[in-house]
Amino acid sequence: MAGAAVGAPDYDCIVIGGGHNGLVCAAYLARSGRSVLVLEAANQVGGAAVTREFAPGFKVSACAHLLHLMPGSMIRDLGLDSRGLQMAATGMPTTAIAPDQSPLPINPDNPAVLAGRSGADAAAFPAYHARLRRLAEALHPVLDRVPPRLGTDSWQARLSWLRIGWRIRRLGRRDMRELLRIGGMCVQDLLDEHFETPLLKGALGFDAVLGTRAGPRSPGSVFPLLYRMAAEVQGGSALAQPVGGLGALSDALARAVLAAGGAIRTATVVRRILVQNDRAAGVVLESGEQISAANVISNADPKTTFLQLLGVEYLDTGFVRRIAHLRAHGVTAKLHLALNRLPQFTGLPHSALIGRLLLAPSLDYIERAFNHAKYREFSSQPIIEITVPTASDASLAPAGGHVLSAVVQYAPYELAAGWQHERARFADLIIDALERCAPGLRASVESAELLTPPDIERQFRISGGHWHHAELALDQFFIVRPVPGASQYRTPLGGLYLCGAGCHPGGGVMGIAGRNAARALIREAA
Amino acid sequence: MLSESEPHYRQPLLKTPFHERARALSQVDSFIAWAGYTTVDVFTFVEQEYFAIRNATTLYDLTPMVKYRIAGHDALPYLNRLMTRDIGKLKHSRVAYSVWCNDDGHLIDDGTVFRLSDTEFRLCSGERQLDWLLDSGLGFDVQITEVTDETAALAVQGPTSCAVLTAFGLSGIAQLKPFELAWFALPPALGAGSQIMVSRTGFTGDLGYELWMRPEDAESVWDALMDAGRECAIRPIGSRALNMARIEAGFVLPNVDFVSSERSLRFGTERTPIELGLGWLVDFNKGHFTGRRALFDEQRRAPRRRLVGLDIEGNKPAHNALLYADKAGKHQVGSVTSATWSPTCKRNIALAMVDAPHMRTGSTVWAEIYLNRELVWERRMARAQVVERPFFAPERRRASPPADY
Repeated sequence: MAGAAVGAPDYDCIVIGGGHNGLVCAAYLARSGRSVLVLEAANQVGGAAVTREFAPGFKVSACAHLLHLMPGSMIRDLGLDSRGLQMAATGMPTTAIAPDQSPLPINPDNPAVLAGRSGADAAAFPAYHARLRRLAEALHPVLDRVPPRLGTDSWQARLSWLRIGWRIRRLGRRDMRELLRIGGMCVQDLLDEHFETPLLKGALGFDAVLGTRAGPRSPGSVFPLLYRMAAEVQGGSALAQPVGGLGALSDALARAVLAAGGAIRTATVVRRILVQNDRAAGVVLESGEQISAANVISNADPKTTFLQLLGVEYLDTGFVRRIAHLRAHGVTAKLHLALNRLPQFTGLPHSALIGRLLLAPSLDYIERAFNHAKYREFSSQPIIEITVPTASDASLAPAGGHVLSAVVQYAPYELAAGWQHERARFADLIIDALERCAPGLRASVESAELLTPPDIERQFRISGGHWHHAELALDQFFIVRPVPGASQYRTPLGGLYLCGAGCHPGGGVMGIAGRNAARALIREAA
Repeated sequence: MLSESEPHYRQPLLKTPFHERARALSQVDSFIAWAGYTTVDVFTFVEQEYFAIRNATTLYDLTPMVKYRIAGHDALPYLNRLMTRDIGKLKHSRVAYSVWCNDDGHLIDDGTVFRLSDTEFRLCSGERQLDWLLDSGLGFDVQITEVTDETAALAVQGPTSCAVLTAFGLSGIAQLKPFELAWFALPPALGAGSQIMVSRTGFTGDLGYELWMRPEDAESVWDALMDAGRECAIRPIGSRALNMARIEAGFVLPNVDFVSSERSLRFGTERTPIELGLGWLVDFNKGHFTGRRALFDEQRRAPRRRLVGLDIEGNKPAHNALLYADKAGKHQVGSVTSATWSPTCKRNIALAMVDAPHMRTGSTVWAEIYLNRELVWERRMARAQVVERPFFAPERRRASPPADY
């Protein structure tokens, strides 16, 4: 620690990490009149919302590949439309596929397509979806708020609880009862109550376990589904894909930061958070350069922030214990294929190819895929979310070429056999699974890139390689996310804030954690 | 020792290396469990043992005291993050009494830290704390090992203890200052080449030493000490007599005067070092330690309660007495945690947790004492005055070299 800083710090706020949440946070802080500096370790901003060339001429959204959760109010606030954010596709359809069955569009507004498989399911689907949507709508204000604290007398906390209580009370008795009933339930039980078509249940169950270390029979697996739907309420729109991939969103956010007077430095790695007089006082870079700031906001995941950047010597044992126990091991991998032609999925109309395809033919199939992850093996028959971004955005590949972007589960972070030896086999197995639905696909592969959780950890600096920075589950949600003592974006150290996906409300390209963090900081300063 | 075949709950209490000697001298067969070991509560009768502490030399087996070896490059920063005191100020071959707290500043335990080298320390505590100690080690290059049964420990306390240890053969022991430790070669008759560590520490508030030795040397050291101390009327003591002495000295006992925050189940029963009158152990200027932010906030607020000394009228110990602001007993303001008649001070003393504002020195409170008079119970309201601790602090406990008694 150098001597006490003389004079004013270099910046009001330093944001460590230029992921989408860091950029959103920086933009809101800059708009509040604060001087803000964003420090990004990679050569481009965006974090896990980034477009990268993975094969000569082939580009892909390297981690997240769909945009559907960012609130419209945020896009308007930050003027992202006028800063280069354009959509290549909106209202993207979802289609369930399986090797030996014809594809099934999943659309609650058009249940007629289900009638051929099950009249009962076709009848039940709209009501099921409408009810879940009502519950999600009641929950959605929870996402957009700095979680209230427990055991304080502050009127703000009380008001927050009242608002949440009021939203849930307004659901009415039946829906309230249903929310209590299904909140901690497993998604298989819920879907079995309503439906009989395995392909439909597989597709609906997929969204419940996507990105989480859980199977459809894991307790509490309805919760991530409700959470995702609540976030979609915020997003206001169905699935969308920006022109130029998710990186275009990050670029637009960066322009919003700059336009508000903030500064951004890329290829700048932070080594440590500086502490003076028991307050965050700035950062030290890998280069040795020191930059002082009145506040430091970390977009990095909680483990990286506290255990590496800050250091346990500034924290209490109980808090460190909670951070160490934070469940943050990813099970989600990403596969990118450079193709020399458009993939041909059996029986799939071209209009469905601009949407997302779910390969999870039944709940049993998902649960079996999950079984492997319990024992630190990858799934022999993984579940896959497929998009072909070039179907709507030709700029991502050379002429005639196409890109297939697949989110794949389960690929546990800690693979018993070690990823170095097994990655080729896993990539091969995924391509085999795709080949069964799209014959001839393998022959059209020019190049393939597999990102396992350890790759994601290394390349995107996310401890554990978890997309959500920390498992999204009832025990790591809202007032206990990431851990008690850091769940209002503030941390035990004065002047240090969190703004990443490890905070409430979690991952997904949503930006709400970043906006809430900025609000928390502004509120505290007021 | 535990055998593989029997579950731990079927095992008898462990025996310390001094057990056979203690059993031979026990006249009333009064043993109690302490941290998994069986130890003596009373050898003969309490008053006799107590007076030996204050007038002669006593042996007290403190082998069950839980001992941890804390070693590694980060041992010092680790301890400084764990403890409320600045362990950086602890010099080589010295011992410090300290406490440690959880994140809320609530006391977990107290104990003594022995600095053995730049990178090796020993921590002694009354209770097992390995879980907390290991979790506190996350991120530090430090190894924490429980070594309780690797070392036998014997407290040699009393005004003639220095003379006894000199006669025993520890030449130069008179130069050992309070809270210092030193290694001595055992007298050759007791085992050639064996070393013994002696620290001038104790729980009696009197002149005294603690001897740390290999378990295989324990019985011969005991025998030689009993021989060397015959002229000084040496005698072994149990925990009961020691408890009287420690109350006179004003020392707190975990789970008697405060509940460890690791064990507390009920909200509001935890205690901070400031509430226990141990604020002098908290160093806010040494850098961060667990509980610092909570304690920093607390010391800026008006205190709500405090552990104080009480001087109570009459001669009936106020065991577990409730304390009131008024003689009528309408308004409760605290309770007694430890009480004894102090034979040396000739005062009826107690340690008590008392609410603000009654905890101020000089305040008067009323103790509700129940008396058993030949199976007829009587209730008495006794006037008690809040006084400074300790009740008994003889100069000889600090004098170096100690004068002859």
